[in-house]
Amino acid sequence: MHELSLACSIVDACAERAGEARVLRVTVEVGQLAAVLPDALRFCFDVCAQGTVLEGAELEILEIPGRAVCDECGRSIFLSSPYGVCECGGLLRIVSGTELRTKEMEIA
Amino acid sequence: MCTTCGCGSDEVRIEKTPVPDDQAHAHYHHLHHDESGAHGRIVSLEQDVLAKNQLFAERNRGWLEGRGVLAVNMMSSPGAGKTTILERTIREWGGSIPISVLEGDQATSADADRIRAAGASAVQINTGTGCHLDAHMVAHGIERLKPPRDSVLMIENVGNLVCPALFDLGERARVVVASVTEGDDKPLKYPHMFRVADLLLINKIDLLPYVQFDMERCKALAREVNPRLEILPLSGQTGDGMQDWYRWLASGRFAPAPGH
Repeated sequence: MHELSLACSIVDACAERAGEARVLRVTVEVGQLAAVLPDALRFCFDVCAQGTVLEGAELEILEIPGRAVCDECGRSIFLSSPYGVCECGGLLRIVSGTELRTKEMEIA
Repeated sequence: MCTTCGCGSDEVRIEKTPVPDDQAHAHYHHLHHDESGAHGRIVSLEQDVLAKNQLFAERNRGWLEGRGVLAVNMMSSPGAGKTTILERTIREWGGSIPISVLEGDQATSADADRIRAAGASAVQINTGTGCHLDAHMVAHGIERLKPPRDSVLMIENVGNLVCPALFDLGERARVVVASVTEGDDKPLKYPHMFRVADLLLINKIDLLPYVQFDMERCKALAREVNPRLEILPLSGQTGDGMQDWYRWLASGRFAPAPGH
């Protein structure tokens, strides 16, 4: 349940910047290859936000698809798991989908 | 409680060693930001969720490398045999280089006690309900443990094949231990862990005659997830294959650090 640590990191970082202001919404990017469950992150976010300026804030999650490029033939492929081999047998290099980033927040 | 960053109010407990309090924070200063007073409705953050962990990890890495300490993050599911491998490593290989151990578990100091009985210094980190070590816990653990110069620091992570994969601790090498009793398809079931590892130790090979485990299939699946993964089968119980592990450790000491 590492989502709890991640949610607390998000809440801490936002609370630090928000100061006394109440936070209405937080937007995060979560890659589909980042080993993070969006639903678990939402649940943990609500728990971590209690008693802070983020209490009641909405967590908006932008899911980023997993994408890899073959170093042999240059083909671009969508991935649902963090590994794979290209049709040509070449090794795949992941170029997106591992993001875990707090983008912005909306404050009152 | 840490008087610098105020941490320690949560449930993480780092075992006390006889270290005077005034030396306990000799090497680390905590990360604080002075930014405050955000104005406007939308505040751009553009910050990695793991940024704080990463800062502690880089700080740990710099301190460890500056002192010639090879830090190894050992990860596995519970019961795969990490502690048994470490006990034998300390007994058989510890004569050639000092080894100290940070032991991560949710509760008890049982593993740190086993490590000390094997002849190495150890500090237990209890994570409470936490399912992994993070770089901040390890920073405090290192302060207590004080690994000597030119030594090996083994960080035995909490038994879990999911969460520890995300948290850089400042180690030089990541080792995942999988035992033959767990099945040969573990790499596909937990690809994130196998993807970030440098070395896979396939443990308990003494039990191969009694379990359904296809060694070649396990190796092939592990390399499908991570083509650069090195793989060493061994038995912490009987000692089979342990010499290969010691050779890997010895060579790792002189390998260039990541990013260099």
